[in-house]
Amino acid sequence: MASATEILAAGNAQAVADVSVETQLAVERFLYRQAEIIDEKQWDDWLALFGDDGIYWMPSEEDQVEGDGEPNVFWEDTYLMQMRIARNTHPRAHSQAPHNRLCHVVSNVIIESEEANGDLIVRSRFHCAEYFRYEVRNFTGKYRHLLKKTGDGYRIALQRTDLVNREGPYEYVLQWWL
Amino acid sequence: MSWTTEQIAAMVEPDRAHRKAYTDPEIFDLEMERIFENTWIYIGHESQVKEPGDYYLAQVGRQPMIMVKDKNGEVQVLYNRCPHRGAQLCTARKGNTGNNFYCSYHAWTFHLDGKLESMPAKQAYEGTNLDFEDPEFHMARPARSDNYRGFWFAKLSEGGPDLRSHLGESASAFDQLIDRAPGKETEVVGSCFRMVQQSNWKIFLENQLDASHPGVTHESTGKSAQQVEAKIRADGKEVPLELSFLSDFARLGHDGWTKFGTIGFPNGHSSLEGYMGLRPDDPDTNEYVRRMYAAYGEEKAEEILAVNIHHMLVYPCNSVQPPLQQLRTIRPLGPDRTLTEIWHFRLKDAPEEIYRRSLAYYYLVNSPSTLVNADDLFNWWKCQHGLESSAREWVSFHRNAGQDIEEGDKTYSAPDTMSEMPLRHMMHAWRDYMTAEKEA
Ligand code: FES
Ligand SMILES: [Fe+2]
Repeated sequence: MASATEILAAGNAQAVADVSVETQLAVERFLYRQAEIIDEKQWDDWLALFGDDGIYWMPSEEDQVEGDGEPNVFWEDTYLMQMRIARNTHPRAHSQAPHNRLCHVVSNVIIESEEANGDLIVRSRFHCAEYFRYEVRNFTGKYRHLLKKTGDGYRIALQRTDLVNREGPYEYVLQWWL
Repeated sequence: MSWTTEQIAAMVEPDRAHRKAYTDPEIFDLEMERIFENTWIYIGHESQVKEPGDYYLAQVGRQPMIMVKDKNGEVQVLYNRCPHRGAQLCTARKGNTGNNFYCSYHAWTFHLDGKLESMPAKQAYEGTNLDFEDPEFHMARPARSDNYRGFWFAKLSEGGPDLRSHLGESASAFDQLIDRAPGKETEVVGSCFRMVQQSNWKIFLENQLDASHPGVTHESTGKSAQQVEAKIRADGKEVPLELSFLSDFARLGHDGWTKFGTIGFPNGHSSLEGYMGLRPDDPDTNEYVRRMYAAYGEEKAEEILAVNIHHMLVYPCNSVQPPLQQLRTIRPLGPDRTLTEIWHFRLKDAPEEIYRRSLAYYYLVNSPSTLVNADDLFNWWKCQHGLESSAREWVSFHRNAGQDIEEGDKTYSAPDTMSEMPLRHMMHAWRDYMTAEKEA
């Protein structure tokens, strides 16, 4: 069976699938809710967005097609996500005081492909302002989600986040997913 | 003010340093002149430039440099500046420049060794002082460039020691990056991660050998990793070895951190012993050791694997972690801004899983989404701001001061301490560089 990265790599990142209005709306609602969850730091809800093998991926190179076994800015399964949540919310995570605030805007939602079983590849764009240490940093880029349809709504099998300035240099570091 | 040699010398005492060494813009300029543009500075590894025309940019002090592979397969180090009107010749950080360097301003071209090749309407230079053979019209070269086993350095001023003598025993870190490969070669993987520390470059170096900080600074990381390890076990799964890179911070405890000796070497280099127990008894490690035996013979292989360095600081610009194949270079940008470039390497013919450990460390500790260094960088930023305060003039390095053990040209920290010896050692070297008489 093809891995999630292989499925994304095999997809046509310029394609536009002819999906129903209901599907389009359901997907947009999912992406907007994901943005709200991270902005509001609802970490249990965040983890629930991902399937058991779900991965959040931010490649370090533009032409990267695989994340496993390669250098990435992010490559996290739900255990590493739990590690990040535990660390960043730990009372002794002193670099998290004062807490940062995030504000995402997600747009340009295009469903790229729809399988017979309802699985989807979705492209979108985001802008995120981060207020941290009394200053604002801006991040922007594109998402590509591989969504699995379950009886209980969509689950993320793979989220690829490509930051426009992924090569850096990064001023300070990234502590949360974008 | 402009600083006299006496004033600079007075900034460093046996057990403390003056805060202005970290904050003063004029001191920073003098550091660029007397340290970074005077001693050997790391450029890059030969595997970054494989084919003729391949180049990579680097920064030495305030000078933009290029490392390029020439037609004969030799690595050349050149200044990234057109001798015509000064335009930088390469702007992308890496690439292949083809058969020559081409200046986008007026189309002067240069051979890959920096010699002037041609320009349009060449006859306009007839009868002028422009001479194709005159190095004045070639891309400038550093006073010296040299490599240690494929690791390239440049020195922008004449005189002083050659690279090998400058490195001294710190070269063992580069040996380790190569010798730990059963295939006896090492190769960079991908590009480097680049992060800007909003703090002075010396604060970074000091932190690398500061055994008294990890248990405190990284407490949240260590404890959270232990929680997740427990969760993975509860789920009936095997805990990946890499998580121990994080849980170590909580595991070691105060006494644990006193076990790792530090050594100061001439020219400001220093090392911290390893603590991560990177020779577990698992099938991948055993396969790796088997390949090492096959390549080197048992005795030599054991000798290589016994070298126990966590960090080697190659003053003033590198922090090397050989057991996990990590190399950081610092490029100071200002008194309160430091660019770090972080590389990792693949050991030729080592099992893939051994590479995966380097990669995991590169990700968990050294990537832009680091689960460890976020708190370090934050501490350094806070130090930088704190040192702006004139309420106290001195930075304290008193921990175990007076107990350092001098043996030959080396200085050892007192045993079973988290001594600040390396901090004292580096600042003493700093004073020597900053106050040295210029060689004629
Ligand atoms: S500045 Fe390079 S050709 Fe004129
Ligand atoms: Fe640290």
